[in-house]
Amino acid sequence: MSLIAKGILQGMAVTAKNFIQSYYKKERLPTVEYPEEKSTVNQFTRNIPFLVYDGEDEIEGMRCTACKLCEKACPPQCIYIIKDTDENDKPIKRPKVFDIDSSVCMSCQLCVEVCPFESIRMDSEFELSNENRFEGLLINRDELLKSNEYYHEIHPIEAQETDDRIAAKIAEAETKKKAREEKARLAAEAKQAAAAMKAAEEAAAETETSATEQAQQSEAKAEAPEDNPETKNT
Amino acid sequence: MNNFIDYKLIELGQWTVGLFNDYPVVQILVHLLLATLPLTLVFMGAFGFSTWLERKGLARIQNRLGPNRVGIFGLLQPLADGIKMLLKEDIVPDRSDKLFHFLAPVMLMVPAFIAVGFLPLGDGLMALPMDSAILFFFAVGSLNTIAVFMAGWSSRNKYSLLGGMRAVAQMISYEIPLVLSAVAVIMFSGSLNAQEIVASQQIQSWLASGNLVKEFFGQILGWHIFKPWGFAGFIFFFVAALAEANRSPFDLPEADSEIIAGHLTEYSGFKYAIFFMAEYISAFAIAGIATTLFLGGWSGPVIAGLPWFIIKMFSLFAVMIWIRGTLPRLRVDQLMGYAWKFLLPLAILNIFVAGFYYFAEQQFGSLAAFIGGWVIGFGILQTAAKGLSRLNKSPTLDGKRVYQLVE
Repeated sequence: MSLIAKGILQGMAVTAKNFIQSYYKKERLPTVEYPEEKSTVNQFTRNIPFLVYDGEDEIEGMRCTACKLCEKACPPQCIYIIKDTDENDKPIKRPKVFDIDSSVCMSCQLCVEVCPFESIRMDSEFELSNENRFEGLLINRDELLKSNEYYHEIHPIEAQETDDRIAAKIAEAETKKKAREEKARLAAEAKQAAAAMKAAEEAAAETETSATEQAQQSEAKAEAPEDNPETKNT
Repeated sequence: MNNFIDYKLIELGQWTVGLFNDYPVVQILVHLLLATLPLTLVFMGAFGFSTWLERKGLARIQNRLGPNRVGIFGLLQPLADGIKMLLKEDIVPDRSDKLFHFLAPVMLMVPAFIAVGFLPLGDGLMALPMDSAILFFFAVGSLNTIAVFMAGWSSRNKYSLLGGMRAVAQMISYEIPLVLSAVAVIMFSGSLNAQEIVASQQIQSWLASGNLVKEFFGQILGWHIFKPWGFAGFIFFFVAALAEANRSPFDLPEADSEIIAGHLTEYSGFKYAIFFMAEYISAFAIAGIATTLFLGGWSGPVIAGLPWFIIKMFSLFAVMIWIRGTLPRLRVDQLMGYAWKFLLPLAILNIFVAGFYYFAEQQFGSLAAFIGGWVIGFGILQTAAKGLSRLNKSPTLDGKRVYQLVE
């Protein structure tokens, strides 16, 4: 009896603690009343891809170059890209159409893995419901474009890594360019020097060659009649 | 006495009846309506409120919020549920016994409301003033066994029938300790009249003394729960009441994880709501009678009468909710064993303890009886409980469990 009674009283104490603490302790009442109060998502949430742009202007700062690697990588083939053209119908490195069908996307993140320009990234937005199940769920380019600041906001660590990587890439390209320029400059200098030397040599050799040429010409003229019968014979 | 609310209510009733002095027939009807209608409405309202209370309380125990959409704090949820229940289709199984399937909820509701009529809500506030109110209460209260079994059998559903059979077994078993633990109180107060039982729990000499402090404590200290046999009896009564009202942890008749919903399986719509209501109201009734028998009824300091009765009754109901949020359901054999092998002998022993206490009080004065009763009487009860639990211990419980496989 005493054992059972003790157990019952202990259990009652636990439930009473839960009941009372639910009024003032957050961890005893973890409910988030969703429509009024949005649930917080942590920075490792991934849901659907979006396109990152740098700076202020969406179109100018777009990182995407419409290389269509993500389109090819997408397993359920939910990405659709058309390359943009300028006024002369010349293709430019920017998508004119970039559609993601969110009803098909399976959030596999392969497009993110494959993108060489750090352009496509995963969003943490979860309120994707729509009244129209066809057009409404098809997310187009302008809806997909989101600023780099937004990316920093939702995935701070990852965004910083990406930024560092891009900066490193630019720095590398810069040094490479500099090296190339230096090399080119040296090469040009060398070329110039060589050309100058050649010119000088040529100038110096000019007089000499003219004399020999004349001699040769006269020799050839002299030889020519002798040669001709031989060639005729043969 | 300070239970002015009761007197005002009684005065109001007498005034209303007095209006119809010229029409004796109408007067009788009005009298009947005054006795029954407020009670019905109040307890229906209390039923709605208690469903809200139960859902909220259980939710908080389980770290949830509970209903909070309809009305402020979800207080209108019972109303919304009631409307929903009314609008639902009433499905009657094709091969069921239609008459008894229909009659069962009515059969359950009628005794529940009659039982409520025997509650001494205040000084003189009693719908059915009767000298043998307690006896009649138990007699009427046991009727719902029949109703539940009727529901179970007429549904022609194996789960319903199992639930009905469980209900019969449980209710008959627990009726005995329930009544036996009440017998101690009836012996002590020497009356079956609920009002006299309440009066026996007030220290009349203190109340008449005119001393405010004495009046204050005279309304409390006389409660039977402060006496050793009353305390033990209250526990037995409350456990048996839980089983009688089909409340957790004794909700075997409608054990939803075992037999779907027991006798409620084939009920839908408003019949289901009526079942629900009847169960809650009989739970209220039994909490009210426990209040009357052990917690001093309507007696209490400052605002004696109806407010204290309602506070006590709802507190007991809150404890029922608390227990529901805590304890798991018993197994059928545990349930029966607990009633017959544990509660019944102790309740019988408790009657003897109460008898000795009564004579000790007369012989040695109430203070000596009080101290001696708690030391000796409660000691005897506790020793008996320990001995019984040792006797009832199953032989394989201590050692390693042995399973006998069927070959």
